[in-house]
Amino acid sequence: MITLNVNGQPREVDADPATPLLYVLRDHLELNGTRFGCGLGQCGACTVMVDGEAVFSCITPISVLQNRRVRTIEGLGTSENPGLLQRAFIDEQAAQCGYCIPGMIMRAQALLEKKPAATDADIRDTLSPHLCRCGAHMRILRAVGRALRAAQSAPTADAEGRDR
Amino acid sequence: MNDAPLTAALSRRQFLVGGGALIVSFSLMAPSLRAQENNRNAAAAPAKRPLPGSLKDEPMLDAWIRIDSAGNITVFTGKAELGQGIKTALIQIAAEELSVDISRIALITADTQLTPNEGYTAGSHSMQDSGTAIKHAAAQVGEILAGLAAQRFGVAADGLTMQNGAVCAADGRCAGYGELVGDEQLHVRARETSTLKDPRSYVTVGKSVPRVDIPRKVTGGASYVQDLRLPGMVHARVLRPPSPGARLVALDTATANQLPGVIKIIRDGNFVAVVAAREFQAVTAMRALARTASWQERPTLPAQDDIYALILRSPAQDTAILDVHNPAPAAVRTLEATYRRPYQMHGSIGPACAVALYKDEGLTVWTHTQGVYPLRKAIAEMLRMPAEQVRCIHMEGAGCYGHNAADDAGGDAALIARALPDRPVRVQWMREDEHLWEPYGPAMVSKVAASLDSDGLISDWQYHVWSNTHSMRPGPAGNLLAAQQLATPFAPAPPMPIPQPEGGGDRNAIPLYKFRNARVVHHFVPGMPLRVSALRALGAYMNIFSIECFIDELARAAGSDAVDFRLRHMDDARARDVMRAAAERFVWSAWQAQKGRGRGFAFARYKNLGAYAAVACEVEVEHESGRVRVVRAAAAVDSGQAVNPDGIRNQIEGGIVQSLSWSLYESVTFDATRITSRDWAHYPILRFSAVPERIEVHVIDRPGQPFLGTGEAAHGPTAGALANAIADATGVRMRELPFTAKRVKAAIGV
Repeated sequence: MITLNVNGQPREVDADPATPLLYVLRDHLELNGTRFGCGLGQCGACTVMVDGEAVFSCITPISVLQNRRVRTIEGLGTSENPGLLQRAFIDEQAAQCGYCIPGMIMRAQALLEKKPAATDADIRDTLSPHLCRCGAHMRILRAVGRALRAAQSAPTADAEGRDR
Repeated sequence: MNDAPLTAALSRRQFLVGGGALIVSFSLMAPSLRAQENNRNAAAAPAKRPLPGSLKDEPMLDAWIRIDSAGNITVFTGKAELGQGIKTALIQIAAEELSVDISRIALITADTQLTPNEGYTAGSHSMQDSGTAIKHAAAQVGEILAGLAAQRFGVAADGLTMQNGAVCAADGRCAGYGELVGDEQLHVRARETSTLKDPRSYVTVGKSVPRVDIPRKVTGGASYVQDLRLPGMVHARVLRPPSPGARLVALDTATANQLPGVIKIIRDGNFVAVVAAREFQAVTAMRALARTASWQERPTLPAQDDIYALILRSPAQDTAILDVHNPAPAAVRTLEATYRRPYQMHGSIGPACAVALYKDEGLTVWTHTQGVYPLRKAIAEMLRMPAEQVRCIHMEGAGCYGHNAADDAGGDAALIARALPDRPVRVQWMREDEHLWEPYGPAMVSKVAASLDSDGLISDWQYHVWSNTHSMRPGPAGNLLAAQQLATPFAPAPPMPIPQPEGGGDRNAIPLYKFRNARVVHHFVPGMPLRVSALRALGAYMNIFSIECFIDELARAAGSDAVDFRLRHMDDARARDVMRAAAERFVWSAWQAQKGRGRGFAFARYKNLGAYAAVACEVEVEHESGRVRVVRAAAAVDSGQAVNPDGIRNQIEGGIVQSLSWSLYESVTFDATRITSRDWAHYPILRFSAVPERIEVHVIDRPGQPFLGTGEAAHGPTAGALANAIADATGVRMRELPFTAKRVKAAIGV
């Protein structure tokens, strides 16, 4: 058994310590938002936050995650009560198929917490490990920019990185 | 219109079929039922016209719209959400004609047990086929409801209004749709004509209604077949061969069998799969199997640098699809050129996935296929089961841009589930499976020659395109990858061209421009050295790229402005409008030449039947590296009646970005034996660092005009505009896709 801290909750997991976090989140903890894209750390669809840093969960074994805080898209809000970034993605209709979006939101969340005054160029740089195949890029950039501006004008729990 | 008196209505209802379904006669309908009548235009139509949209294949109204006694409205479509936002648009159409808020509509998408058979969700047909069917079905259901209300209230229908799910009389009496329908289904055959709302009165259609699926998708709600978890579900992985044509000569299953969680290893010929309790256990076991598998590989692939020559010398079936001869002034100049497009992949971000359950001799497959009915047929044939015992249910996958591996994963899941009855089996492909085995968009070659007369007009146009098929979809079992790998394999169906007017390799090979003399020949090449099928826009991407580049070359030769030159050859008023609008948005006329920068323009009407789109773009070419940066793009699109303008903008923006990615970076690579573009490191696509600064899309709405599919309209024009901008920036014409930095650098002679 390994105990993981996921979205502020301790979660006991019965899995081989070599199992990548992605599979534990999806298969054991039944969280949908963290997505399998490549298993190689090349596309970003599986991105979550660990202790405030964006990481590829598809290549991060759970053995290194004891006593560390894992945060997933589910930890930012719900469709009824979306978090700041989630709200911005809805407002900008920043998705087509939407499969790549949660990973991008998690990396943007890490940016928002570390550098709320990030520029548009910073946003592009930050998102460069992420692939979107539908071509929703323009909207995604707008959504992240919108959330960052909103965080600056009205700091909330989102910007302070507290788990909800 | 039918002027049958309303009084005949209820008493004349007849039970004509079993199963409790009641047939409500269309005599319920009155000529003028609603107050909105003034705003409605009865579409007068000649008799015997086919029913609108997909109603021609499924004419019963209750196949499309059902209302229960509680007033819940369910709309059925045989089309599938592929990430293009079709659900929201179809809901808007139904809500509009039924005069309810969109929140009142539940939409059921492609399911062989529940929905009409609308073939594949492909070819930008959904709005034209399903949207049109739902619009008319909803309008006709509305007419019946109004007829029932008029009967109930004992009033003439003229004073009735439909509002918020009820039909109301002038005196204030209202009856909800559910109350009017009771427990009956509106099992009525559609009529040729519907009393449609006047587009000027629309409250939902034409509005950028937010997509219904986005809140769930950005918050981690279950959204995809990948998220389906059934009780007792187990996980499978397939061990794919390392190369096409490889034969499994030895496999040691003992080690993998002893790994934790492993439930079963299935082998049938070259098809090998492992099932485990947990997903990563299945991955681990599949990798263990891979280490023990011994494959006999063969060099089946052509030399990559010979691929275009191979296509040109392969046996071909030649069809002249346009042959126009008219007297013309003498040619003063003739140009010719050859264009090339490599194999390119769909590369969905989420690899293919399916879940299947075999129970009580019935098989259910949850799949992100584009065609549940054709997939059912293929799976039934592969498993030698009656089709009625197979049910395919569409669930979303990651973005779908044509015939990708979704069907193959469905076939895999079906095979594995049948070997493990009573347990739901989820199979997901690995990234390498997808990159190596999905059917690619075919490599193509075009050759074009044209003459200019002394007025600087094109007097003669000769165009030839060589291509493999662009559709190897199931239906036939042999088009499923797993079926090809069985000990008793199914052979792929013989490749066939897709006939005009839609076309496959020759899609959009006929220019919309008017030339006095023109000949267009499609050289259909049946021999397929690589596995290919439908990739978004099919041959239109290549043909529009070729045509729009060559038009640009001719405009330059004639000393004409690229936009003016196109307008001089274009009669179609809507085409002219999108060209002018795109040029205006780009501010084409105020262009200031700058070193290293260029502008390009291109246009097409998708399939010459769908949406009109024009794209202008500005590029910067970095001289030292050959790297092309797209600075900005402006587009205009005419999709007929715009149902959801933001949805149209999203599709065009996405099409522009995807086409830029294809055109700047992408080609499948291979050696004599193996495909080598096995992951994103070996098949680079566009990243955020290369996204334009801005993309502007102008939607030209055409209220009351038929819906025109939009999803594939931008790809060809974008490739053309990009190539033309690079030529403008560098003075060098690139005619082979993609325009990688290495190629551009070589072309400009750095």
